[in-house]
Amino acid sequence: MAERIFYAMYDDDDVLKDGAKHLVSKGVKVSEVFSPFPIHGIDPIIGIKNTRLGIMAFIYGLTGLLLATIGMRYFMVVDWPMNIGGKPNFTYMDNILAFIPITFEFTVLCAAHGMAITYMLRNRTLPGIPAQNPDPRTTDDRFVMEIRLSENTKFSADDLQGMLKETGIVELDQKELK
Amino acid sequence: MEFKIANKAKMVTLVLMAVGLLSLVLGVAMNLGEHNLGQRLLANGLVNGFYFFALGLGALFFLALQYATETGWYASVKRIIEAQAGFLPYGMGLLAVVLLIITLMDGAHIYIWMDHEVVGSDSIIEGKSAYLNKPFFWIRTLIYMATYFIFLRGFKKRSLEEDKVGGTEIHFTNYRKGAVFLVFFAVFSSTSSWDWLMSIDVHWFSTLFGWYVFAGMWCSGMVVMVLTTLYLKKLGYMPKVNESHIHDLGKWVFATSFLWSYLFFSQYMLIWYANIPEETTYYIARISDFKFIYFFMFIINFAFPMLILMSRDAKRNYGILTFVGLVILAGHWLDVWIMVTAGSMGAQAKIGWIEIGMVLLVAGFFIRTLLTNLSKAPLTPVNHPFLDESIHHEI
Repeated sequence: MAERIFYAMYDDDDVLKDGAKHLVSKGVKVSEVFSPFPIHGIDPIIGIKNTRLGIMAFIYGLTGLLLATIGMRYFMVVDWPMNIGGKPNFTYMDNILAFIPITFEFTVLCAAHGMAITYMLRNRTLPGIPAQNPDPRTTDDRFVMEIRLSENTKFSADDLQGMLKETGIVELDQKELK
Repeated sequence: MEFKIANKAKMVTLVLMAVGLLSLVLGVAMNLGEHNLGQRLLANGLVNGFYFFALGLGALFFLALQYATETGWYASVKRIIEAQAGFLPYGMGLLAVVLLIITLMDGAHIYIWMDHEVVGSDSIIEGKSAYLNKPFFWIRTLIYMATYFIFLRGFKKRSLEEDKVGGTEIHFTNYRKGAVFLVFFAVFSSTSSWDWLMSIDVHWFSTLFGWYVFAGMWCSGMVVMVLTTLYLKKLGYMPKVNESHIHDLGKWVFATSFLWSYLFFSQYMLIWYANIPEETTYYIARISDFKFIYFFMFIINFAFPMLILMSRDAKRNYGILTFVGLVILAGHWLDVWIMVTAGSMGAQAKIGWIEIGMVLLVAGFFIRTLLTNLSKAPLTPVNHPFLDESIHHEI
């Protein structure tokens, strides 16, 4: 069956939120919402799970912490023991205080960069990747709700159209995929 | 909605105070004849006087910060902050009485710079005597306390007036006064901790000390706010306070714990690195006599909230928040305890019946005062301009 995608455009985020609530209560699956800014409370309405980015941030941070520790231990203690300010580095633990700021910075660096890159990869918004956005106006002052026919097999295309039109849309766009 | 103190809470606070008093009397009886009993009592009086005073001051600072930044989300928990800040006059009273006794006893071996004989034979203290002397110490102490009191009274009065009058005029007055308070507080929070705490180790100084004490005060103040909110929520008060408010308060606890740890580490590392004898004495005194307590205190104030409160779910979980909060409160009390006793009593300081008794006594009084203050005003401010925003707070 050919896929059919509806793009319902709104000019107010509250209208979109109410519309989504209304549609979901009837059993329609809303697959995506495009908005110029985060709409508070839309995630639970259209059934988007909590992000796992935080877990990844923790893992990236831990990686940074480990890398920094291993690196500094090798540079400053094993390979070429350094004596800075009358504090010779015979063991890592002796001078651990001096290593903490760098460990901290590197942890933050890895967590921040890891998070940013993961986020862009996951959203497919890395530089050079063509935009996934259905309409450029959603980066300005419009809000678009995406509904796929294949995910709403209970309804016919006309049913969906009719229901969308009741929710205060300003424009309805359709795309057919083969 | 009006808050009424539950009979159970009345009883619990009374029992706390009674047990505390009993334990204190027991401790004194057991230690009668010890040469340092008076010093121990006064040192602990200073610890608890300052610690509970700081819980109130932390709340007053936080309130002023919210005013100065025109924050919206906090409006529905504002009365909790005000009730906590309302302990300030009692805390000041306690602290002032302890300081007065110490002054009358010429320092009582706590502030040795108050002792003429010591000052005469110590050129370092003599050099500092233009700042550290009894009259100037009291002038400063009274200025701090008077300033805090005047601002607290103003904030409270306008808050209740806003309930009746409404409008935005009071809001903008609060905005200005909050900013002015922060200016005073920025200076006084540093200088008052030099006067009351840093001057115990009179030979030593650290420019970071004021911030360090302030961070500890802010963190423990935030914990009390969270615990009070959770207590009220559990009793069914404050239906307008939702998960997001609790989450935000939890974030504050998390963030201020980090601020405190950061300042602890900064002070520690710089002194360790420079390795100048006159600076390292502070840590040598603490580490040689209280190695376990000192680093244990650091771990429960830093690693504990970091690991447990990191996830979003933990900050929304009443049980976890309460548990971590109580541990942090104990941790910051230990911090103040080591600050005062390690400098004054040295290796003789220990935690016994006297210490525990005094904490329970003052804690019982603190909780009772907090609850009484809560019952004096409606729990939700009626006409706060950001109340609507706060009710719809969602993160």
